[in-house]
Amino acid sequence: MAFLSYLINGLSLGSVYAIIALGYTMVYGIAKMLNFAHGDIMMVGAYVAFFALNSFGLPVIPSVLLAMLACTVLGVVIERLAYRPLRQAPSLAVLITAIGVSYFLQNGAQLLWSSSTKVFPSVVPAGSVQLFGGQLSISYLTIVTILICIAVMICLTLFINRTRTGKAMRACAEDKGAAVLMGINVDRIISITFAIGSGIAAIAAVLLCSTYPSLSPTLGSMPGIKAFTAAVFGGIGSIPGAFLGGLLLGVIEILSKAYISTQLSDAIVFAVLIIVLLIKPTGLLGRKISEKV
Amino acid sequence: MKKIKSFFRALFDRKVRSRTISFLIVILGYIVVEILLKSGNLSSMFQSLLVPVTCYMVAALGLNLNVGVSGELNLGQAGFMSLGAFMGVCVSGALAPVVSNTLLRLLLAIVCGALIASVFGFLIGVPVLKLQGDYLAIVTLAFGEIIKSLINNLYIGFDANGFQFSFVENKLKLAPGGKALINGPMGATGTQRIATFTVGIILVLAALIVIYNIMYSRSGRAIQACRDNRIAAESVGIHVANTKMLAFVISAALAGAAGALYGLNYSTLVPAKFDFNLSILILVYVVLGGLGNMTGTIISTIILVLLPELLRGLQDYRMLIYAIVLILMMILSNNAKVREFAESMKQKLTSRKREEAANE
Amino acid sequence: MNFEKFMKGGLAAVMAMSLAACSGSGNASSSTNTTTTTTTTTESGSTGTDTTASTAAAGGKFKLGGSGPLSGGAAVYGNAVKNAAQLAVDEINAKGGAVQFEFNMQDDEHDAEKAVNAYNALKDWGMQVSLCTVTSSPGAAVAPLYKEDSTFAITPSGSSLAVVFEDSDNMTGAYGNIFQMCFTDPNQGVASADYLSSHKDLGSKVAVIYKNDDNYSTGIYNKFVAEAAEKGLEVVYTGTFAGEDNDFNVQLTQAQSAGADILFLPIYYQPASTILKQANDMGYKVSVFGVDGMDGILSMEGFDTKLAEGVYLLTPFSADASDDLTKNFVANYQSKYGEVPNQFAADAYDAVYAIAQALEAAGMTSDKSNADICSALVGQFTSMTFNGLTGSDVTWNANGEVSKAPKAVVIQNGVYVGVEG
Repeated sequence: MAFLSYLINGLSLGSVYAIIALGYTMVYGIAKMLNFAHGDIMMVGAYVAFFALNSFGLPVIPSVLLAMLACTVLGVVIERLAYRPLRQAPSLAVLITAIGVSYFLQNGAQLLWSSSTKVFPSVVPAGSVQLFGGQLSISYLTIVTILICIAVMICLTLFINRTRTGKAMRACAEDKGAAVLMGINVDRIISITFAIGSGIAAIAAVLLCSTYPSLSPTLGSMPGIKAFTAAVFGGIGSIPGAFLGGLLLGVIEILSKAYISTQLSDAIVFAVLIIVLLIKPTGLLGRKISEKV
Repeated sequence: MKKIKSFFRALFDRKVRSRTISFLIVILGYIVVEILLKSGNLSSMFQSLLVPVTCYMVAALGLNLNVGVSGELNLGQAGFMSLGAFMGVCVSGALAPVVSNTLLRLLLAIVCGALIASVFGFLIGVPVLKLQGDYLAIVTLAFGEIIKSLINNLYIGFDANGFQFSFVENKLKLAPGGKALINGPMGATGTQRIATFTVGIILVLAALIVIYNIMYSRSGRAIQACRDNRIAAESVGIHVANTKMLAFVISAALAGAAGALYGLNYSTLVPAKFDFNLSILILVYVVLGGLGNMTGTIISTIILVLLPELLRGLQDYRMLIYAIVLILMMILSNNAKVREFAESMKQKLTSRKREEAANE
Repeated sequence: MNFEKFMKGGLAAVMAMSLAACSGSGNASSSTNTTTTTTTTTESGSTGTDTTASTAAAGGKFKLGGSGPLSGGAAVYGNAVKNAAQLAVDEINAKGGAVQFEFNMQDDEHDAEKAVNAYNALKDWGMQVSLCTVTSSPGAAVAPLYKEDSTFAITPSGSSLAVVFEDSDNMTGAYGNIFQMCFTDPNQGVASADYLSSHKDLGSKVAVIYKNDDNYSTGIYNKFVAEAAEKGLEVVYTGTFAGEDNDFNVQLTQAQSAGADILFLPIYYQPASTILKQANDMGYKVSVFGVDGMDGILSMEGFDTKLAEGVYLLTPFSADASDDLTKNFVANYQSKYGEVPNQFAADAYDAVYAIAQALEAAGMTSDKSNADICSALVGQFTSMTFNGLTGSDVTWNANGEVSKAPKAVVIQNGVYVGVEG
C-alpha cells in the first residue's frame, strides 16, 4: 500500500513537471532554443497568483487567470526584447541570454517582493479520498493536479493538431524557411508559442505552490532544470514526450527517495536519464531526424 | 639582429598571430599585476580576485576547447572542477605532515586534481560522445549533477591510521587529532590556503600551450572540420573519435587542475558550489569571448569576474544590473550593425597599417 | 615593425585594463561611501533619520562591516541581518553617545569565494569592527582573514564551530577574535534532547528530519542523536533533505510508518512550514519540536497559524515577547521594513549593541588601529555580561562561543506561550 501511495505522490509531482516541460518543449520545438528562464516565468506567475489570492482576496479561478495573463504578457515581452534580436545569432548566444533573463527575473522579484519566503495558500480544499478502508489516502490536491495536467495536455494536443495556428506552428517546427514561403508569419507564431508556454507555466506555478507552499524568488530554478530534463527525457520538441517524461521523472524521483536514498535521488534521476538517452539518443518519443549536408 | 627580427616576424605570422597574442596578454597582465602588487597599488579586493580569475580562466579555456573547437556543448564543467577541487584539498590535507613545502604540495595537488578529472572525463566521454547536440549537452549536465550529488554524500577522514571513507551516512571514527577532509555536504573546512597567483598564471600558460597544440595539429583541424560539418567531414574520410575524446579529456583535466587551485585558495569549500550555475557561468565566459577564440576567453573571464565586484556600489541593484549588462552584451555582440561597425573599424586599422608598411 | 606596434597595442590594452581595475576600486569605495554615512559632513543617505548624532560624532565613527547573502536563495537571512543591524546602528547614532557607527553590509551570496571578495572590499573601505558573515560556510572562509588582519568580528548567526575554530573536528585552534551571538549548534542539540527526555508526556519515539547540507541543521542533529542515546530517547527515523528540496511526503510517510510520535525539526522555518502543511495534508498527527530556526514561522506571509498549533520550540527570541526591548524592536523594525523580524534580525540587533557596549566600556575611539580595537574588544567580550533581545546575562568564553539560556515555548492560538523548562 505504501508503494501505491508513493506512486501517486510521484504522479502528482510528475504532473507538475510535465506541465512545465510542455512549455519548454513547445518553445524548443518552434524557436529551437532552450529557454532557461522558463522556470522563472513560472515563479512570477506564482507571485501574481499569491497576491491575487491573498492581498486582493480574489477567488481561485480569477486569480489563476490573472497569473496566466501576467505570464503570457511577460513571456511575449521577454521574447520580443531579449530573444528576437538574436534570431539569427548562434544558439549558444540565445542560451546565455536566457540565463541573463533568468538572473534578471530572480533579482527583480527579490527587489519587488522581498526575499522573505511567503506561504502559498492551497487552491484546492484540504482533505482526502480514503481507499481500501483508509489504508490509502489520496488528497484532493493530488487528484486535481493529475486531472489538470491531463486536461492541459489534451487541450494542447487538440490545439496543435486541429487549429490553423497549430498547423502553422507545426510547419514552423518542421522548416522555418518553407513556412515563410507558405506565407506564415514566423515571428508571430513564435510569439504565440511563448505566450502559450508561459501561460501554461502559470498553471504549473499554482499547482506546484499548492503542493509545496514555500514561495521565494528562487522557486523556479530547480523545477525548471527538472522540467528541462523531463522534456529531454521524453524527446525534446515532442508534446506527448514532455508529458510522459514529466510523469516518469516525478515517479522515479519519489520512488528512489522512498526506496533507495533521499540523498541520492537526484543522482538516480539523472542516471536514469543518461541510460535512456544512450539507448534512445533522441529521448523516449523523440523523432530521429536525418541530417542534411 | 636579423635573426631576432625574423623570429619575431615568425611569431606574428598570420597563422600563429592569435596564439602569440594570447600568451602576450597573459604574460603582460602578470607583469603589470606584479608591479602593482609590489608597489602596493593593488587594493585588497583585486588581490583576492587574482587566483579565482586564473582558475576560471583555465576552466573556461578547457571548456572552449570542448565547445568552441570540437563543437560539443558541455554543461558539466563544474563537475570536473569539483572533482579536482576536492581531490586537491584531500591531497594537500593528507600530505601536510609529510611535505612541508607548500609550492610542491600545491603542484602535486593540481596534478592529482587534473588526473582524477581526466579519468572521469574519459569514463564520461565514452557514452557522452556517442550523442549529439542538445542531447549531448543534457547528458553532460546530468553527469555534472551526479558528481555533485555523489561528493555531497562522500565522507573522507584522515588520521594517524590512514584514510577512512564512508558514503551517504557519516560513519567516520577519527582518532584524536584526525581531520575530516571531506565532510559530506559541508565539504572541506580548515583547508590551508596555499594557492598562489604565479602558479595560476603558469597554469593558464600551460593550458594555452596544450590547447594551441591540439588546435593546430592535423587532428585538431580534423575536429574543426567535423564541428563545421560532420557529415561532409566523414564523407571525405575524417575519423575523429579519438581526437574528440582527447579534447574532452583535456578539457576535463584543465577543469580539474583549475578546481584544485581554486579549492586550495579558500579555507572552506562546499560541493554545492560546483552546481549547474557554475557550469553555465563558465560557459558564459566562453561564449562572450567567442567560440574557439582563446584570447577572447581570457579577456571575457577577466571582465565578467570583475563586473559583479565593481558593481558592489549599487548595493541592492547589483545582480539586477549584472543581468541586464549580460543580456545587452549578448544582444550587442550579435547585432548585425554593431558587427559591421567592428568589421569596418578593423579594416580601417589594417588598411592603415598596410599603407604605413608601403610607405616604409 | 609589426611587432613593435603590437607591443604598443598590447601594452596599451593591458594598461587600460588595469586602469579600469584601479578606477573600479575607487568607484566601489566612493559609491559605498555615498550610501552609508560619511564621517564628518552629513548624516547618511540610507540611515537618513538621525540628526542628533552630529553633536557627538566628534571622535569619528567606527566603521562597522559585515557580509551576508543579500541575493540568491539565502537572501532572506542576509537581508534580515542587514535591516536589523542598520536599525541598531541608527538608534545608537541617534542617541549620540560616545560610540557612533558607520555601517556597510556587502553581499556574499552565501558563497565562500564571494565572502572573501566582500571581506576585501570591506577592508579597502577601512572596516574596523565587523559582523563577520550571516551564514556559516562563508564565515569559515573569512575567519582566518579576520585573524590575519586582527579585526574583531562577531557573527550574528554563523553558528557552526568552523567559524570560531580553525580545526573544528577537534575543537582546537580557536581564532580568539571571532565571536558568536547565536547559540553554537551542539548547545541546542543538547538542550533539545534534555527537554524531550524530561518531558516524556510529549511522546517517546522521535523522528528527525534535518537539512544535511546545512551546518546549522547537521550540527544540532549530530549532538542531539548522541545526547538522545545517553538520555534513553528512542530515535526511530531519520530523514534528510538538501538544497531547495520542498517535497517531504516520503520522509513524513516513513516517519509515520516507523511509529514516531514526536517530530524533531532542527531546521529553519521555511521548510518547517512546508513539513507542517504536508503532515497535515496526509493526516499525520504528531507533536512537533523545533529549535530557534523555527522562530519566524508565525509571521510568514500567508502562513496558516493553525498548522503550527501545539508546536514546541526552544528559542532565545520570540517576536511576541512582552518585554519593552522586544516590543520596541519589533515595532520599529516593522514600521521601517514592513515585516516582523525573525531570530536572525534579533541576533544582528544584539550583536551591534554588544559591540557598542564593549567599545564604550573599553573607551575606544575610532582613530585606534584595528589590532588595538580588536584586543580591547576581546578583553571586554570575555569579561562582560550583555542583556539583549536574545537573552539576559549573556556571556562569551575565550573561544568566542556564547552562553545563554534557550527558553522552551509552545504555540497556542497563534502565539508563543512560555512553558516550564
